[in-house]
Amino acid sequence: MAKVMLGESEKWFIIHGIQDDMRNDGRSCEDYRHIEVETGVVSNTHGSSRLRLGSSELLVGVKVELGSPDPKAPNEGLIHFHVDCSPNADPSFQGRGGEDLSANISCILTRIYCNKSSIDLNTLGIIPHKQCWVVHVDVLILECGGNLLDAVSIAVKAALHNTGVPNIQVTDGDEGTQEISLPDDPNDVKFINTVNAPVLVTISKVGSRHVVDASSEEELCCNASLVMGVTKRGRTTGMRKMGGGSLDPESIPEMIETGKNIGRQLHISLDKLLKTEQGMAEDIEKAGYL
Amino acid sequence: FELISDEGYRFDGRKPSELRRVRCNMGVFTQADGSAYIEQGNTKVLAAIYGPHEASNNMRSRVCLDKCFINCEFSQAMFSSAERKKRSRGDRKGKDMSAHIKQTFEAAVRTQLYPRSQIDIYLQVLHSDGSLYCACVNAATLALIDAGIAMKDYVCACSASLTKETSLIDINHVEELAGCAEFSAAIMPKLDQIIYSELNGRIHQDELGQLVDAVTNGCKDIFAVIDRFEVITDNTEIAVSPRSLHS
Repeated sequence: MAKVMLGESEKWFIIHGIQDDMRNDGRSCEDYRHIEVETGVVSNTHGSSRLRLGSSELLVGVKVELGSPDPKAPNEGLIHFHVDCSPNADPSFQGRGGEDLSANISCILTRIYCNKSSIDLNTLGIIPHKQCWVVHVDVLILECGGNLLDAVSIAVKAALHNTGVPNIQVTDGDEGTQEISLPDDPNDVKFINTVNAPVLVTISKVGSRHVVDASSEEELCCNASLVMGVTKRGRTTGMRKMGGGSLDPESIPEMIETGKNIGRQLHISLDKLLKTEQGMAEDIEKAGYL
Repeated sequence: FELISDEGYRFDGRKPSELRRVRCNMGVFTQADGSAYIEQGNTKVLAAIYGPHEASNNMRSRVCLDKCFINCEFSQAMFSSAERKKRSRGDRKGKDMSAHIKQTFEAAVRTQLYPRSQIDIYLQVLHSDGSLYCACVNAATLALIDAGIAMKDYVCACSASLTKETSLIDINHVEELAGCAEFSAAIMPKLDQIIYSELNGRIHQDELGQLVDAVTNGCKDIFAVIDRFEVITDNTEIAVSPRSLHS
């Protein structure tokens, strides 16, 4: 079973290890586990990515569709997030079991992305008031091994970076109407600009110290955690306290500082990887699950 | 339109009795008791097995004293088909598919060896391009082997369709849409027993034998691929080198 259970002494062992800056998998408090990212893995999507962080495994598929814009923002496109927890990850997700977690994660994603600077939605507009691109980001959780939020946000950024929106032509038709035509070549696409897309960093307070990228065992020992959306330049686009416990107000600025630094480093490594992935030939064999 | 050209080839360039490329992997997840991944052409399925374990709370009523019960859930990713479709878990198609797969494996797993327990089979479709049932059964077989659950034999499934008196095996989505009769079956190749068969559409009774033969041959071909994979993984580690990042 995927459910983790820890005894009292095991918890103490983990907490004491963290006080001494030595976690039970050998990491220090500010180390991430090994991350594997691959883009363009699902061929019938406009963009996709697969991510493995420790033992958390995710697949993100992005599809773009034509739709009508929000009347409040007629020039902009729309972006929707949907998270799906597969029972492959945990038998408790069977049926409607995973819906709470899904709703929670998609809310946080929507919150950090509903920010003018995150993704320029004007580039997704086509004809004001009438037509725009609707971007559907579907996250599929295949294995839960702790720190799902950070993993989801990294995978979403990678998938959006990989997303090609067809280059649409708008021509003036009869009587002031406008007509749109799709390009014949499926490779005639414009990639979404993800320079300012944020990633989430979860900082968990364990005992008197805080750690990043908590494994599922460490998540059981932590009192409370702070989730923040951090952009490439280290700006926070959203923040939320998670977990049952409480936080000491004095420790919060410290945690935010750590989150910003870690977020910046994460962006640097991710951007480097995405650049090489994009530069590689189309026909390169994807590892996927093989 | 015609499903086979005058030269005798199908849309994707296959011959009528040719399978799509089958690729598979076992043990893709660490937390599940058994897991497998299979690709049949563009149809891609992940399977995970949990169990045999004590029945979970909401399924106490299904416990059998003399054998285990099999719990199955089939789900499709939102982005798996060409058109994005919102699918809620446990919709009619999913329930139907789960029931079929459950029935198939109840016949193949030696359930009497695990009294009062439960075995979960979870299937997740990542990319759908026809013959979903077959890919799911083949993936679940591999995952059950990975979980070390006793079975009477492998279970291999294959689909077929009939056009112009020729049977096409392992049909893809386009061929499914063409509206010809579709026959799927799961067999135990070494025992030579059919444990599941389903026919959608109408064919002449005389043609059924031909269709069954085509499907049986297809299943045996799949068995050959899966069985060879088993041997490879027993001897050597398959090296996978995904690009990775450290931070």
